[in-house]
Amino acid sequence: MKLYIKPKKKEEILSTLNSLGKKLLKEIESGKNPYLEVPVRTLRNIRFDPKEKKLYLGELVSKRYFLHLAQIRKFTQTIGVAALAKELIRMNKHVSLREAFYILKRTIPGTKINIVDEQTESNKAVEDMELIINALREQLHINANKLGAVAGNVVIRDRGDLIDWSKLGSGGWSVPSNVEDIEFVKVKAKFVLYVEKAAVWERLHEDKVWKKLNCVIIASQGQATRGIRRLLQRLHYEFNLPVYVLTDFDPWGIYIYSVIKFGSMALAHISDRLAVPDAKFLGLTADDIEEYGLKKHLIKLKEIDLRRLEQIRNYEWFKNNKQWQRQFKLMKKLKAKAELEALASKGITFISEKYIPRKIRKKEFLD
Amino acid sequence: MEFLAAEEIGKKIKEISVAEFFEKNRHLLGYENPTRSLLTVVKESVDNSLDACIEARILPTIKVLVKPVGSNRFRVRVEDNGPGLPPKKIPIAFGKFLVGSKFHKLKQSVGTLGVGVKGAILYAQLTTGKPAKIQTYYKGEKHYFELFIDVLKNTPKIVSHKVEKVSKNLHGLSIELIVEGRYVKGQQSIPTYLKYISIANPYVEIIFDSPDGRITFKRVTKELPPPPKEIKPHPYGVELGKFKRMLRLTRQKTIAAFLKNEFCRISMEKAIKICKLARLKPTRSPRKLGEDEIEKLYRATQMVKLRGPPTKCLSPLNEKMLIEALKREFPGEFFAAVVRKPSVYRGFPFQVQAALAYGENLNLNGCLLIRLANHTPLLYNAGECAITKAAQQINWRNYGLSQSEGCLPNAPLVLLVDFISVWIPYTSEGKQAIAQYPEIMKEIKLALQEIGRKLSVYLSRKRKIIRLKTKRNIFESYAKVFSEFLSTLTGKKEDYIRKKIDELIKKGVEVEKIEKKLKEKTEIIEL
Repeated sequence: MKLYIKPKKKEEILSTLNSLGKKLLKEIESGKNPYLEVPVRTLRNIRFDPKEKKLYLGELVSKRYFLHLAQIRKFTQTIGVAALAKELIRMNKHVSLREAFYILKRTIPGTKINIVDEQTESNKAVEDMELIINALREQLHINANKLGAVAGNVVIRDRGDLIDWSKLGSGGWSVPSNVEDIEFVKVKAKFVLYVEKAAVWERLHEDKVWKKLNCVIIASQGQATRGIRRLLQRLHYEFNLPVYVLTDFDPWGIYIYSVIKFGSMALAHISDRLAVPDAKFLGLTADDIEEYGLKKHLIKLKEIDLRRLEQIRNYEWFKNNKQWQRQFKLMKKLKAKAELEALASKGITFISEKYIPRKIRKKEFLD
Repeated sequence: MEFLAAEEIGKKIKEISVAEFFEKNRHLLGYENPTRSLLTVVKESVDNSLDACIEARILPTIKVLVKPVGSNRFRVRVEDNGPGLPPKKIPIAFGKFLVGSKFHKLKQSVGTLGVGVKGAILYAQLTTGKPAKIQTYYKGEKHYFELFIDVLKNTPKIVSHKVEKVSKNLHGLSIELIVEGRYVKGQQSIPTYLKYISIANPYVEIIFDSPDGRITFKRVTKELPPPPKEIKPHPYGVELGKFKRMLRLTRQKTIAAFLKNEFCRISMEKAIKICKLARLKPTRSPRKLGEDEIEKLYRATQMVKLRGPPTKCLSPLNEKMLIEALKREFPGEFFAAVVRKPSVYRGFPFQVQAALAYGENLNLNGCLLIRLANHTPLLYNAGECAITKAAQQINWRNYGLSQSEGCLPNAPLVLLVDFISVWIPYTSEGKQAIAQYPEIMKEIKLALQEIGRKLSVYLSRKRKIIRLKTKRNIFESYAKVFSEFLSTLTGKKEDYIRKKIDELIKKGVEVEKIEKKLKEKTEIIEL
């Protein structure tokens, strides 16, 4: 089963980069237009595997040529990333995506052309490089900004430091973008709770939910970062911890859950390294609104929200899911969304002391 | 009482002199304001000189002098190396209106009406009161005349006539006038007129002593165009009134012979066919036909199918000459020219030749249209001219130029259109615009479209080169950084990689090949 892939070794990455360089050089020497094979990452090449419940990338590959007016820029950027990665790995240094952007961003001598103008370009080049040599960007020593916090009954080792997630004060441990090299020393927690919002995480942390329910609480702001998703995956596969997701009751919240569970379209090529197909959706649901009397705290859905709802309900992985279709139907009928914070209307600690424990006890989740 | 009044009116009716008529209506001849008048004086004299030289098969050298004498007054002198005129013909040739050598002939020439230069003389005596000074060489003598036109009688009034012995080899004629006028530069000016006429007649050399100094328009060829031949009228070009007059004046004894000999393109066989169609005996005398019979005969000539008139009466240039001449004044990057086959309107043969010069380097403010009729420039009334209209009606966007609806193209372009015919259908007596007959419009458009197509081939090649150059530039720019990256990735020397990539680019983007092709095709000439 290819559910979970162990990280590649440094040497392996280096040799892949080297052979890529050799291939290009050989083409140039023999008077051929050098090209890269990049797996297609658009919707037409994204497939859903209903058995493994994961998004994955199809077989479509596009050839990108150097001597091509529309491709030379991307081509150069991509090879720029490869060269940078080689240097970083050799020096054992890591840079952020923002730093990578500044390293690549320079003007070609004698012209007005910048190799990259916007960070989105260098980010894209990094993603392309991941696809071309089938490695994570973290393995290329390029990291995203860290975002998100974790707390719980877990002890880890990170760059030699022993870190106890239960003894980190109010802030918790901030999740780095690269969690590949983290070593789990002791995992006492029984499940993982992911919340969409940092504010709600702080509520749960203050109320010591992780202690009372013996779990790990993780938050990011909005979409879960790669680091967090990889961390969820490792906890799930390496320690069999169930993963529960807590988001607002709106299309965007549901999609956050979707990405954690099935993988994202942008990173379908590394679903194997990020997705947690067994993740469950804890709330909020339409039924919660009914049960906890949140009706008077609903927020009207905007046009854009409704359009997103239409898209999501038609995704292949939701299409034949009766439970979810019911939720979508109810949301459409309500024409409104509910935020996690609305539970505070029942009492400040209601979410920590009543809502979450009850949902988990009753196993009230959507799959 | 009524009877007396009629008598009074009757007394007032009298013949008016042609000269008097033109004196009162000088605007009809192009003497409406000081600027245009000065130009018209020069134009009429130069046109005369050109016609005389070409008729005598002499390579024309024309000296033009325009110098201010006091305020608003100019001395205008035009001197040619033509055959000159017999002295006894000078007085009526220059002193009497509607005397001319060309009016009755069907042959391509610049002047036609027997009015031209006399208008200038009349204008001079009207505005400054000075006589015309005319000098001609003739059989080893130099004849010098000073003369006026007697306006009321339309006759010459000679002030003086001097004769001098000179070398027998001298030939040529000059005319000098003192006129009121205003000298300007720009689109409707003497220098522009001389420039255009020297383009349209590339065998002429013009030396212009302007108020600002000497300008020389050198001839670009020593080859005179074939001399135009005189032709008889084509039946389709003759109207009933003229037909009647021809019948009355002919010396032919039978109507069949009349038709055969007074017109072109009517054989004896055709003549008999026409008579049959008119139900008239071919042997009838032309002078003894009744009104009805004349009309019947006329109708029959219009009904029978005839070949178009012969075109030996026309004298076009060739494309190469046109391009050479245009190039001298407009040294652009691309030239094209076409001489259309002769065509016919109202029974008159005509021919259109057109040329263009294109160049970003020409410093033009949009498209410049040079209109010519029988190789002489038309500078006024552009808006009502068939040439302007035809050029505006063409969709220049088809040829890769930008254009606003109904306008000339918006491009650094010189368009030259020369309309050549035995009879130019001017829209007015000022002779500055050609009437818009459908046949004429069609031919002008076809000529312009033909050179437009050639230009479009050039422009698309040029655009392709620019595209390729940009492409190669971009490739080479990225190659600089790319070789550095690849050097890091492979450990090979950057310079080596750079060299290899540059070779690859040169092979991939073949600018030079197309550029060479473009240079070869800069002049597309069809002979």
